[in-house]
Amino acid sequence: MAKPGMDREARQGLTLIAPPFLYALAILAVPVLTILSYSFLTDGYLEVIGEFTFGNYIQVWSDPIVRAVLLRSLSVSAAVTVVTVLLAFPVAYYLSFVVRPERKSMWLFLITIPFWTSYLIRVFLWKVILGYNGVINSSLTGLGIIDQPLTFILYNVNSMVLTLAHAYAPFAILPIFVALEKIDRSLLEAGRDLGENRLMTFWRVTLPLAMPGVVAAVLIVFIPTIGDYVTPELIGGGKIPMIANLIQVQMLALDNRPLGSALAVTAMLVVAVVSLIFLWLNRRFLRVKQ
Amino acid sequence: MIASRDQRPETARPMIECNEIQKYYGDYHALRGIDLVIREGEFFSLLGPSGCGKTTLLRTIAGFEGISSGAVLIDGKHMENVPANSRPTNMVFQSYAIFPHLTVAQNVAFGLRRDPRGKSEKAALVEEALAMVGLRGYGGRAAHALSGGQRQRVALARALILKPKVLLLDEPLSALDRKMREQMQVELIKLQRQVGITFVLVTHDQEEALVMSDRIAVMFDGEIAQLDEPETLYARPKDRRVADFIGVMNFLPAQITREADGIVSVDVPGLGPVELPESQVSRANPDDSGPVLGFRPETMTLLTPGQSSQHARETDVVIDEVVYYGDMTYYDLRLEGTQHTVRISMRNVFGRDVQSVGTKARVAWSPGSLVLFR
Repeated sequence: MAKPGMDREARQGLTLIAPPFLYALAILAVPVLTILSYSFLTDGYLEVIGEFTFGNYIQVWSDPIVRAVLLRSLSVSAAVTVVTVLLAFPVAYYLSFVVRPERKSMWLFLITIPFWTSYLIRVFLWKVILGYNGVINSSLTGLGIIDQPLTFILYNVNSMVLTLAHAYAPFAILPIFVALEKIDRSLLEAGRDLGENRLMTFWRVTLPLAMPGVVAAVLIVFIPTIGDYVTPELIGGGKIPMIANLIQVQMLALDNRPLGSALAVTAMLVVAVVSLIFLWLNRRFLRVKQ
Repeated sequence: MIASRDQRPETARPMIECNEIQKYYGDYHALRGIDLVIREGEFFSLLGPSGCGKTTLLRTIAGFEGISSGAVLIDGKHMENVPANSRPTNMVFQSYAIFPHLTVAQNVAFGLRRDPRGKSEKAALVEEALAMVGLRGYGGRAAHALSGGQRQRVALARALILKPKVLLLDEPLSALDRKMREQMQVELIKLQRQVGITFVLVTHDQEEALVMSDRIAVMFDGEIAQLDEPETLYARPKDRRVADFIGVMNFLPAQITREADGIVSVDVPGLGPVELPESQVSRANPDDSGPVLGFRPETMTLLTPGQSSQHARETDVVIDEVVYYGDMTYYDLRLEGTQHTVRISMRNVFGRDVQSVGTKARVAWSPGSLVLFR
């Protein structure tokens, strides 16, 4: 670049992006790099010793408990994702295809109402609803439908899936809604015109075109639920820990930050690999330009 | 003029029958008693300004819109309880509605899913359909990589491969540029002759309708104002709305002096007394203050100085404005002794000079090309 003008322009550009860049560095890169470097250090009792080691990873990857908890996290997340997206799709569809255009923004507003209360309170409320003497059990006994309170609705995987699915529903509804809104309605008429009924038109036209939204919804739900920590603690009663609970135990309770970091990095890698495989499987839908 | 067009015999089988169709959207009366018969093998156009109900009518035929009362019959069968996907019609949408997630070949083959033929047979059909619209070898392309004209061809192939009894075209050329549009008009006419099925075209472009159609229904406000062959529509518009909508027409105030034996005598300032048979008398607009005489720009000929005509009548004029178009010249002429200006068009031919503004001249015309609106 011989031109001095270009230099000035480049400098101006750099000045412009510098604040967000520093911000991203401080908020994203520094914590991740800290955890990453911790994971290669040695744990001394109550302190971290600056000696490089693969020991933490060897310990994490060879521990059957970690493997079991990681698998449980994956399967709970997968179940939550499936339930959430399956429940979110009809809502998004209704919102996009049935609700009158002038009412849509009100509906979107209503869908975000759960965010008005803290996540912790919402999780706790589910405990109240599902508990031994909770809303469901007391009303069912009161109505004489059951004699004994149902026990399978709290402190197990089902209740965790239910709670998480409720918490993440808006995150799934919104991307699917956006994808459905983008579909040119004449495509659906074309599907019908070419001899397909409503159901087949949905299967052959609407669903493939909504897939980018579904993929986004899956990732938005799957990635954070794997790391969820509050719900297993409260709804799972601490008896069915997920990977985040293991990390918490190592980091805080046992003060073994290197091992906790190795667990965190491992979980991150697993999520990244699963997400990439999922994206790759859906690549043909994601290439479509509407 | 008429000989250039295929003449469909009046006796051809009716393919689409619309009986007294009424359609309301809430309080809005979209279709007001449409009665219409479209014959087998006909290239039929629904022409009108936007909001006149032409697209609504097409969509009721396709089955996308219900009707409030009346009946639609296709090939003699009542369509009341037949959904769009079971009707023997296929549609080319205004936006073409090409499926963006499928290739060209998959788009064309979309409607063949339940066809019992084998894979290779279907592939051959698709290739044949693509060849018919001039897209041989495009099957593997992604739909979003196509130009507007190519999308339209895919939409045509996708509809025609199903061998419908009726092809419905909803403003199919409006998204194309002028050159492409003119080319596609000719191609559509050829394609229609080749496949021989009934085409129903919706358009707001009067020129397009005139070029392509065997017959045209001109619609205003949910009603058919006139249903005729293009030549009749152009030369003998039934009312002034139709005359205004189709092509350019000059209007001059007229006074009726006598009516007898099917002949209306009028006096027109600048042109003098004219006698017109009933066949040249049409309806005026409700808000017209009196009778109006109309004629097309090309029905008057500007005479070169000293030239005399074979026509029955000649009139003195002053040239007010000259608009030169290359192949044509438009003249705005003030009729001698009046303040009325009319526009005429002259084809530019070798050896005839374009006349200049401000000169006095003579035009020749014939009463046979006039229409009286009253």
